Amino acid sequence: MAVNYSAKEEADGHPAGGGPGGGAAAGGGGAVKTRKPDNTAFKQQRLPAWQPILTAGTVLPAFFIIGLIFIPIGIGIFVTSNNIREYEIDYTGIEPSSPCNKCLNVSWDSTPPCTCTINFTLEHSFESNVFMYYGLSNFYQNHRRYVKSRDDSQLNGDNSSLLNPSKECEPYRTNEDKPIAPCGAIANSMFNDTLELYHVENDTRTAIPLIKKGIAWWTDKNVKFRNPTGDGNNLTALFQGTTKPVNWPKPVYMLDSEPDNNGFINEDFIVWMRTAALPTFRKLYRLIERKSNLQPTLQAGKYSLDITYNYPVHSFDGRKRMILSTISWMGGKNPFLGIAYITVGSICFFLGVVLLIIHHKYGNRNTSADIPN
Amino acid sequence: MLGFVPRGFRKAQHELCSSCLQVIVDTPTSPVTSGLPLFFVITVTAIKQGYEDWLRHRADNEVNKSNVFVIENAKQVQKESEKIKVGDIVEVKADETFPCDLIFLASSSTDGTCYVTTASLDGESNFKTHYAVRDTTVLCTDEAIDSLTATIECEQPQPDLYKFVGRIIMYRSNQEPVARSLGPENLLLKGATLKNTKKIYGVAVYTGMETKMALNYQGKSQKRSAVEKSINAFLIVYLCILLSKATVCTTLKYVWQSNPFNDEPWYNEKTKKERETFKVLRMFTDFLSFMVLFNFIIPVSMYVTVEMQKFLGSFFISWDKEMYDEEIKEGALVNTSDLNEELGQVEFVFTDKTGTLTENSMEFIECCIDGHKYKDCISEVDGFSQTDGPLKYYGKAEKSREELFLRALCLCHTVRIKQADQVDGLIGHPECKNTYISSSPDEIALVKGAEKYGFTFLGLENDFMKIRNQKNETEMYQLLHTLNFDPVRRRMSVIVRTTTGKLLLFCKGADSSIFPRVQQEEIQQTKVHVDRNAMDGYRTLCVAFKELTQKEYDRIDRQLNEAKMALQDREEKMAKVFEDTEADMHLIGATAVEDRLQEQSAETIEALHAAGMKVWVLTGDKMETAKSTCYACRLFQTSTELLELTARVVGESERKEDRLHELLMDYHKRLIQDVPKPRGSLKRSWTLSQEYGLIIDGSTLSLILNPSQDSSSSHYKSIFLQICLKCTAVLCCRMAPLQKAQVFPLYSPLTEQMLFMSCVLADSWVCYLFVSCSSAHITPTETPGFAAVSDNAMLQWRPFLYWTFLGAFEGLVFFFGVYFLFHNSSLEDNGKVFGNWTFGTIVFTVLVFTVTLKLALDTRFWTWMNHFVIWGSLAFYVFFSFFWGGVIWPFLKQQRMYFVFAHMLTSVSTWLAIILLIFISLFPEILLIVLKSIKERSHQVRNKMKYCTAFLQRPLLLSTR
Repeated sequence: MAVNYSAKEEADGHPAGGGPGGGAAAGGGGAVKTRKPDNTAFKQQRLPAWQPILTAGTVLPAFFIIGLIFIPIGIGIFVTSNNIREYEIDYTGIEPSSPCNKCLNVSWDSTPPCTCTINFTLEHSFESNVFMYYGLSNFYQNHRRYVKSRDDSQLNGDNSSLLNPSKECEPYRTNEDKPIAPCGAIANSMFNDTLELYHVENDTRTAIPLIKKGIAWWTDKNVKFRNPTGDGNNLTALFQGTTKPVNWPKPVYMLDSEPDNNGFINEDFIVWMRTAALPTFRKLYRLIERKSNLQPTLQAGKYSLDITYNYPVHSFDGRKRMILSTISWMGGKNPFLGIAYITVGSICFFLGVVLLIIHHKYGNRNTSADIPN
Repeated sequence: MLGFVPRGFRKAQHELCSSCLQVIVDTPTSPVTSGLPLFFVITVTAIKQGYEDWLRHRADNEVNKSNVFVIENAKQVQKESEKIKVGDIVEVKADETFPCDLIFLASSSTDGTCYVTTASLDGESNFKTHYAVRDTTVLCTDEAIDSLTATIECEQPQPDLYKFVGRIIMYRSNQEPVARSLGPENLLLKGATLKNTKKIYGVAVYTGMETKMALNYQGKSQKRSAVEKSINAFLIVYLCILLSKATVCTTLKYVWQSNPFNDEPWYNEKTKKERETFKVLRMFTDFLSFMVLFNFIIPVSMYVTVEMQKFLGSFFISWDKEMYDEEIKEGALVNTSDLNEELGQVEFVFTDKTGTLTENSMEFIECCIDGHKYKDCISEVDGFSQTDGPLKYYGKAEKSREELFLRALCLCHTVRIKQADQVDGLIGHPECKNTYISSSPDEIALVKGAEKYGFTFLGLENDFMKIRNQKNETEMYQLLHTLNFDPVRRRMSVIVRTTTGKLLLFCKGADSSIFPRVQQEEIQQTKVHVDRNAMDGYRTLCVAFKELTQKEYDRIDRQLNEAKMALQDREEKMAKVFEDTEADMHLIGATAVEDRLQEQSAETIEALHAAGMKVWVLTGDKMETAKSTCYACRLFQTSTELLELTARVVGESERKEDRLHELLMDYHKRLIQDVPKPRGSLKRSWTLSQEYGLIIDGSTLSLILNPSQDSSSSHYKSIFLQICLKCTAVLCCRMAPLQKAQVFPLYSPLTEQMLFMSCVLADSWVCYLFVSCSSAHITPTETPGFAAVSDNAMLQWRPFLYWTFLGAFEGLVFFFGVYFLFHNSSLEDNGKVFGNWTFGTIVFTVLVFTVTLKLALDTRFWTWMNHFVIWGSLAFYVFFSFFWGGVIWPFLKQQRMYFVFAHMLTSVSTWLAIILLIFISLFPEILLIVLKSIKERSHQVRNKMKYCTAFLQRPLLLSTR
């Protein structure tokens, strides 16, 4: 894209050959103060202007350059994405053969909780840090009614909102005349399966340590979500006067034993509260850190996943997955970006070639009659 | 004054609706989100409208609150002009504007005349003489005028400035009531200015909105530009899209919801209220919700943008240095910004010849008496001399005929004499004591011409016209009747009685209207001179006379008085009497008067042509006169091929229709069929190498416009118009005023290929393009029919569809691009996931960047302002997003955007996706530009010359009224 620097007068072409007033008017200034318009560049529309001229000659190289940039980027992304290790298990238990089939029609308050174990084998080792996700399908966290059903000021520790939640939380606002904390459909439907991962070696199961902190956005954990304030740090007392969400087995102040991961600032809760964009989504559940440089985080081999199956999805035809994934600079595995870059780059390049041929045809025919711009 | 509030609201009605809906319906967007733009739209529109209303209001006030003197009980009472009631007697002093339409009762001059200029009404700046009602002229003091008891009957208010019919009946004690007719010469119009008369008394007949001026102003607010009209058409399409989209979405919603676990899964239960509402009502509110959600498809802000653009554009018009006239020290004045953009699309300019192309200041050049030419060989700078200077006679007519001719010139006119001391600001001769005043500059030129040859008009006293003859004797003639000039008859006459008692009728007028009324054998010798003078571009007039017997005169006198008193069809009756009276005359001679071209009129016409406008000159002059003027002002170039459709080529026989048909077909073939139609309909026909000009005269035009019932001739009109559209210049000569008006509506059906606007420069509208002329008005009129709009709309539909589809494409790219990206929502390098708000933010960021960059692509001239606005918008968007997401806003119920934007930017994948999506969205646009430039290049080489001229198209900004 060439940029032609030219003042507007020149760009206008001929300065009004025989036009009204012609060039004569230009000189007349400097007389007595009259109603004569000011001779400023702005008022006379003579501001210096650049005139970018997009011609085939300038745009076609740009096409090639864009093609040449996009294709390598695309290949880079594609390779990176392919190098990411990802393993996914559907543990919904739809198939009768599945170990979790017995839990398929579990309800919220079944006691004792239904548990099942799924064995699986990792063909390749996971070298770097592994991120454990749970995934849900056909779960409309983006439903309008659902997304609105929360009270952010309650979650931010506002004491008045704690006891008098927003109307948006209906019909999960109060239960038995007590305000629900945290109120709303999102909180009420918090994912509450427990997943435990074991490495199986010679019939001995070694529990793999799962880190539950550092899965939520820092700003959410530290600013947006706050426990109510009051005397002391006793969460039980602070949540006095509220009741637990209907579907929860335990109140919010008993989500975790650690005080900095309890109440509203429980990270599992915060992650859940960040509603997903699409009905099929994944949310970060646990982190598996690489212990030493010698050993991979998860070596290839047999593993078993212990599931405390609390979360019913069969009623809305949903699915539950557990995903193990490594992460690169571009995030999780996503072939789309790489393919898109390669495609667009190729199209650009291809069109560049085609247009160059067309352009060349005309250019050859008319080189002698070319008009300089 | 507060009218702008509802107007502002009307514009934003739609958005108002949607925000009302938002209150009622449970909607997806918050009231703040849609309320803020609405608020902005309303505020901006209201401010703009308010400002313009204020200006108008101020102007109104100037008129309405100005003080006038009303005579009540023989005393002057000061009143605000808006408080004048019909029947009030008003006193107006010199150089004041009449506050309402008045019947002229008495003036300070004893003869009961006054002089008026109607420059602000119809642009005619010369002085017109108005006459007081004959019986009231003596009532020239406050007391006297108060004693008058009379009733006035007049017609209903009508906008025609030159028509008025009424009757005044005066009651006097011990006497029969006296009835007098009232005509336009007795009516002083609101807006006109009193000149050269100390004061007048008048009685108000029309006030307020009933005045002719107000009636002519009506409909001003109705002006809507073609752009606005097409925007409205497109908005209707968008409205349909909106409705169908909402319908489809509602249907799909209920299809999806028919599955109970989709409708109400356990995790997302409905509230009690939702469950209890009736299904039909729920469907309806859902429909409305979708309407609200998608209402942004209707770009309400576009109205505001367009309006603001016009508003600000109008400033540039008034700032334009090249529109500034050094002589009158005034620039362009913009009265309304409604039609700004149409000015750049002016396709036709209709102009009057006299007073527009020419100066309308006449100079007597020569005359011919009985076929002998008399020309003054000394050129006199002031055109005025008292000497009996050497006159060059080219042969001589009889002495008596010469004298008769000169007497005719001295008597047959409506010129009045003003003493110099009474006159100010008049084009007079400082060394001369007397100044002639007339409504027509021709007459003054003729009287001065006669003076050169020794016959001086000394004035009118008590119905006696005094002239001084060559022997310095004073002759007296009793003026019996003046048969006033009118443009239909194109002649005027006077009937005088000489001191010896002879009754004489002198008549002067256009040759076409005189020749049929004189003895045929006299014509030939004069006709030669008339034609030659006309070829030289002079205005010619023929002079004839006849002697009346007392008996004839008595009959004429009776008929005239009857006709004057008639309330019904007065004009027809008068015309009939005139027709009968001015017959069987004897031709004496002819005069030639020069009307000089306005300064720079040739340059202006050339500029208009260069800008691709087609200029039509409408004139009542002879063809030869008009033609030579047209050559002089370069309306026709020597290279222009002239097509003629005049009585001369068509002939006068019965076969003239056939002949006309032949000619039309021939021209049509030459102009349209033989010329390969240029590709791309927007190209203007002036790119054709050969220029054509058309000359048509009034009689042929009426033949085309009002053909006889013959079916074959009914399509003349369309053929004629097609020919006209191909001609760069059209000269309509010998036009009656009514025909001039007929020309404009011709256009509506046949403007298939152009954005079109007609600019009326009728008699009175003087184009400001003539930099040196004093009153400056060009009136963009409405295109008469809707046909034109719908035709050119076809063209606009193409860009419209292109943009709509492009918009749809971009929408798909934005959404599905991010949709696929979010198949794995962990896009950060720490494995954390993004939610729905990030999704939306990415889409919106891509949108904002795409739209802004698209704007950048379409920007042809980059001034610092463009850079500032475009890059500033993007910078502001980024800055604002950070800011908006960086704070927990206490007044918001939900902190949805908290740190969403910042988090988004920490992800490399998001960056890559945004760049890619912006590029994909802009790709079709860039591709189109490249293809166009390739195409243009090949075109350019082929039509090298044509494209060079395209740069000549400078915006010619005109002042609007």
